[in-house]
Amino acid sequence: MTAQAVSQERIITLADAIREGLIESFARDDRTFMFAQGVDDPASMWGTIKGIAKRFGEDRIIEMPVAENGAVGIAVGAALNGQRPVIGFHRVEFALLALEQIVNNAAKSHYISNGQHKVPLVIRMVIGRGWGQGPEHSQSLEPIFSYFPGLKVVMPAFAADAKGMLISAIEDDNPVIFIEHRFLHYATGHVPEGYYKNPLDGPRVVREGKDVTIVATAHAVLEAIRAADVLRDIGCSVEVIDMRVLRPLNMATIQASVKKSGHLITVDTGFVMYGIGAEVVAAVVGQNFSALKAAPVRLGLPDHPTPSSRGLVVGVYPDSLRITREVGKMLGIGDDKMQLALASLEEQRKNLPIDAPDPFFKGPF
Amino acid sequence: MVEEAIAEHYGEGEMRCPVHLSIGQEAAAVGVCDALALTDKIYSTHRCHAHYLAKGGDLNRMFAEICGKAAGCIGGRGGSMHLMDLEKGMMASIPIVASSIPIATGSALADKRMRSGKVTVAFIGDASIEEGVFHESANFAVLHRLPIVFVCENNLYSVYTPLRQRQPDRPLTNVALAHGMRAAHGDGNNLEETYRLMSDAVAHARCGNGPTFLLLDTYRWREHCGPNFDNRIGYRTEAEYLQWETRCPIRALHKKLGSGLAPQREKAMVEAITVEIESARAFARAAPLPEPAQASQFVYA
Repeated sequence: MTAQAVSQERIITLADAIREGLIESFARDDRTFMFAQGVDDPASMWGTIKGIAKRFGEDRIIEMPVAENGAVGIAVGAALNGQRPVIGFHRVEFALLALEQIVNNAAKSHYISNGQHKVPLVIRMVIGRGWGQGPEHSQSLEPIFSYFPGLKVVMPAFAADAKGMLISAIEDDNPVIFIEHRFLHYATGHVPEGYYKNPLDGPRVVREGKDVTIVATAHAVLEAIRAADVLRDIGCSVEVIDMRVLRPLNMATIQASVKKSGHLITVDTGFVMYGIGAEVVAAVVGQNFSALKAAPVRLGLPDHPTPSSRGLVVGVYPDSLRITREVGKMLGIGDDKMQLALASLEEQRKNLPIDAPDPFFKGPF
Repeated sequence: MVEEAIAEHYGEGEMRCPVHLSIGQEAAAVGVCDALALTDKIYSTHRCHAHYLAKGGDLNRMFAEICGKAAGCIGGRGGSMHLMDLEKGMMASIPIVASSIPIATGSALADKRMRSGKVTVAFIGDASIEEGVFHESANFAVLHRLPIVFVCENNLYSVYTPLRQRQPDRPLTNVALAHGMRAAHGDGNNLEETYRLMSDAVAHARCGNGPTFLLLDTYRWREHCGPNFDNRIGYRTEAEYLQWETRCPIRALHKKLGSGLAPQREKAMVEAITVEIESARAFARAAPLPEPAQASQFVYA
């Protein structure tokens, strides 16, 4: 077996892939450092910063006082002066305290300075659900950051992509919001060893198909893949597109797919209303209206906060069952076939808790 | 003199952006910047003209920026409130109260990491210390002994609201002291005193001893935003204004120089500065506006 083949067999979690991305970047460039809350916390941000302080020293991973707006502003100031900082927020909600610096200074310093300043900054934010995190610890607020020109917003779904995109983000001369879905930290995949980069260039087709296009983000990509797998078994060909990069938005792959399939479903990890799906659908309708054979459908969170109790979140998150049903409706698939597909999914999910990562999503994919 | 010219010509409609004049606060800007090296860095606010000029910012590019011209220091993207001149260490002006404070703190962190020996100044106003991010930055700067001086120009008003309505009656320096920060307080209308206090603060920072909060008392003569006097509004008394007018930083310096500044020399200086201002105004007037297509440039590096 060749060395490369061995490395392709290597399966690790997305959290470990992020840790490897940080280590590769830290080792290559001593201008890189990280502000973290809880450097010595044994949980070490889902293991993503484990051992980094020991290996690189305290001045490469700096314990940040509980001061989010200050942390981002200080990181922007350091970035304007030649450093390449990374910040980690354990919950996206913490980043709301830093919106002023993100929106006014991180996003605009390059623009206002007429190109004289650059802000090479990565802000990691953890979104998503699980274990009764509740209304202020489990939001998916990626559209907020996607609103602002000057920010890049990326959202990996797969471990190998997470590592390669993180290294690219750290080497990028722009402020990059790096969104991590907390369920995905436990998902696994083949991840190459060592240094490599995945470009922050836009969406990717992760399942080829011709009947319907499903555009999804992060954890929703895995739900869409699962739906695609059972639909394939009943003769329906689903193309799944992983958004990967929310800003700058590159619609080429999605437009090409919809031109082929004529059907579009979007699946957000966040709210349907004012969500990523709204932007994608608007872009497709605006440019390829005549290619559409049915009205596009947007899936995502309903228009209320996400409560803590597992009794209250039933039906809140768009899962593979709902995606499968929507595909069936859109394509007019017969009841017999649909029941086969849905029964198969229900069987897989039987007795699984709604508030913990689905073991199906362990991967690799 | 530069700002007197701005005030005089503002009504002509060539300078089409808000202007926050520093008239009355000149000594604080000059005293602070004279104590710095060219390579040291300053970060300013919406009231940035005096800081820009005191650090050596280019006058032509300043007028062009205020007039929205392509030749402006940032190509007409920011106007009066965003002046910068990287070559002179005038790094940025940010017109959100306190928003520049963490940026300056991060600048000092970068210089500490690179062991550059450079000192950073955050120019702030009295209202800045009401903002949370001041405290976040002060805490961090002390914790990491960063080479930074927080220069607080206390002009007693945030727009039209007096300090006494916004903060309890206590020395503003106590706020910094509570963070464990070195603090100093002086007459910001006294150039020599400002220079002396700032030189101490810069030496302290450059030696690696950490930040200083330098509180400078001063007073804005004209309206918060715009070219006019505004005592008639009633937010401050004419008597208070007149009392501060007797503390004019420029007249105070003039008096101190006494016979040290020969009338002939002074006349020549005023004439040369007048020529420079007229030339900058002419440069800005003649400069072309930026092309509309340039508005979408520099969104991403």
